[in-house]
Amino acid sequence: MHPSKIIIAVVAVTLVAACHKIPAPLAPSPVAGNDSLDRARADSIARANAARQAEIARAQAEQDSLRAVREREQREAAQNADAMKVLAATIYYDFDKADLTEAARSLLLAKVPVLQAQPTIHLRITGHTDDRGSSEYNLALGLRRAAEAKAFLVNNGIDASRLEITSMGAEQPAVQGENEEAWSRNRRSEFAPTSGGASQ
Amino acid sequence: MQLKHILIAAVASSALALTPAAARAQNPTVPEGVRLGLNYTLGTKPGVLVLPMDSTGGDSVRAILQRDIDYDDRATVITLDDQSARAMMPKTGDDFNYPIFAKLGVVAILRPQRSLTGITITMYDVAAKKRIQIGGFPLTDQVNSPAWRMAVHRASDEVERWIFGTPGAAATRILFSGGDKQIWVIDSDGENARKLTSVTLAMSAAWSPDATKFVFCGFTPSGSQIAVYSFITGDLHWLSGTARGLNITPTYSPDGRTIAYASGSEGGTDIMVMQEGDASPSRRITVGRGSDNTSPSFSPDGRQIAFMSGRAGHPEVYTMDADGTNPSLLTEFTYGEQAYRASPDWAPDGRRIAYESRIDGNFQIMTIDMRDRSTKQYTSDGQNEDPAWAPDSRHMVFSSTRTGPRQLWVLDAESGRMRQLTHAAGARLAAWSPILKP
Repeated sequence: MHPSKIIIAVVAVTLVAACHKIPAPLAPSPVAGNDSLDRARADSIARANAARQAEIARAQAEQDSLRAVREREQREAAQNADAMKVLAATIYYDFDKADLTEAARSLLLAKVPVLQAQPTIHLRITGHTDDRGSSEYNLALGLRRAAEAKAFLVNNGIDASRLEITSMGAEQPAVQGENEEAWSRNRRSEFAPTSGGASQ
Repeated sequence: MQLKHILIAAVASSALALTPAAARAQNPTVPEGVRLGLNYTLGTKPGVLVLPMDSTGGDSVRAILQRDIDYDDRATVITLDDQSARAMMPKTGDDFNYPIFAKLGVVAILRPQRSLTGITITMYDVAAKKRIQIGGFPLTDQVNSPAWRMAVHRASDEVERWIFGTPGAAATRILFSGGDKQIWVIDSDGENARKLTSVTLAMSAAWSPDATKFVFCGFTPSGSQIAVYSFITGDLHWLSGTARGLNITPTYSPDGRTIAYASGSEGGTDIMVMQEGDASPSRRITVGRGSDNTSPSFSPDGRQIAFMSGRAGHPEVYTMDADGTNPSLLTEFTYGEQAYRASPDWAPDGRRIAYESRIDGNFQIMTIDMRDRSTKQYTSDGQNEDPAWAPDSRHMVFSSTRTGPRQLWVLDAESGRMRQLTHAAGARLAAWSPILKP
């Protein structure tokens, strides 16, 4: 369970316990007789009503706190999803090059605060190539692409031990096709959080 | 026929040649220990006719012999329909009507016949009008089984040795990466394709020099690793001693003791060497300084390694001594040219290195002569990549998109003739076996 969830649950339990204390029993009247019997009956009804009111209030409070938890969870999930999207954003390269383009640099730079905010997350960076040229050499080229991305993140303060690089060369194209449109989308590095994050 | 008859002399294979006494009797000037080859005009492809063979498997024997001789690219196979061929067979013995064969352009008649343990093949020289060779070939396996077919291929290779002095390369198989990204093997004539691996992804297979196993690159959870597959046991084992991460393009040294491969890290990809039976870490032999160095191929004497490297800013083929010293650019450097040369394979005779080169945006098969550094281009249609030499140092297998999907093709480096080897899409990264022993 997320730590914040635990805190909210504890607060909710405390509130419920406090509500139970509110309808304290009324002191019995010192006056006896028929009136006192009627009064006793009325008091009893009043006490029962008060207890019912207290129960309703308690249930309401419980519902409110649950809704608060749910809303907070949704908000966090949305933030997490955005963070994950930034972390997993693919970067692209020019033909037979491992150099980072301006677009690639800005996408990498956006990953830095997310990695700093979530120090348990590790990233596996997988370099890919288009299918032109030697498929064997392309495995090495893919690795160099991943290595360039890793070096950039390390230079921006991310611990190298959190970044693992690998290469699939031309073996896992993102899109099929023998044209520049397909090739340009296949020359890429992909980023996969491998531990500690919200997604595996 | 305007055949200028010449005599090709070659060192005898005494078991298969006629007895020296018989040879002397027919050719009194020939010294003992030398056999006479076929009479034909140098520079032409002599016509060879294979006679029909009766008995079980006879049609297959004839078909395989004809196809192997055709694929060998040194002779012209003269084919006759069964009936015509039978009409030309002598009623008894060796009494051929040689002038009729000569008219058909036949220089050598091959006559396969059933024997107790297999077949005998007799070769007749049409010009000399006589029998010049006879050999026996065991055929013990079931007709048309892979082993039986391989035994017939061995007979073809020997017949070619009779005619040309050097054997053919039909008794071989070719490893390749299939469209399913697994390692497959196929006979040199395109028969008996079968899958050998079932790992996540396998590529870059290379034969051991004794052809009992092959080494390849397979993808695992700890990256791409080097594995050895044994044809004897059918088992594969992953080599220890390789680093986690990228380990690719393995190859055996000619003595079979060393495996060279490429290993990648943050600092680039370098060529490593390891002893197969040794778990100690591999030794790095290239100093790529952050560049990518892959695809090693040993010279046949084991003293040098050809490899590809991006150290000059674009992929080029280099050679170096087997210990990594003296690296030098193989092809001429042209300033300003964004060349892309890749996938070197050193011919078994040591004379040439085949590679692929980008020409006008497409990759083509090239060779470079190791003596005068002259280059030759063999292909021009589609993408043609990953050449690998046959043991005859004459043929190459390569992948090509010339008819659409990527397939393996075989090229005769002398005549330029090509034939399609595979017919399932996606085949690539082929490796041609040595001659397979029984």
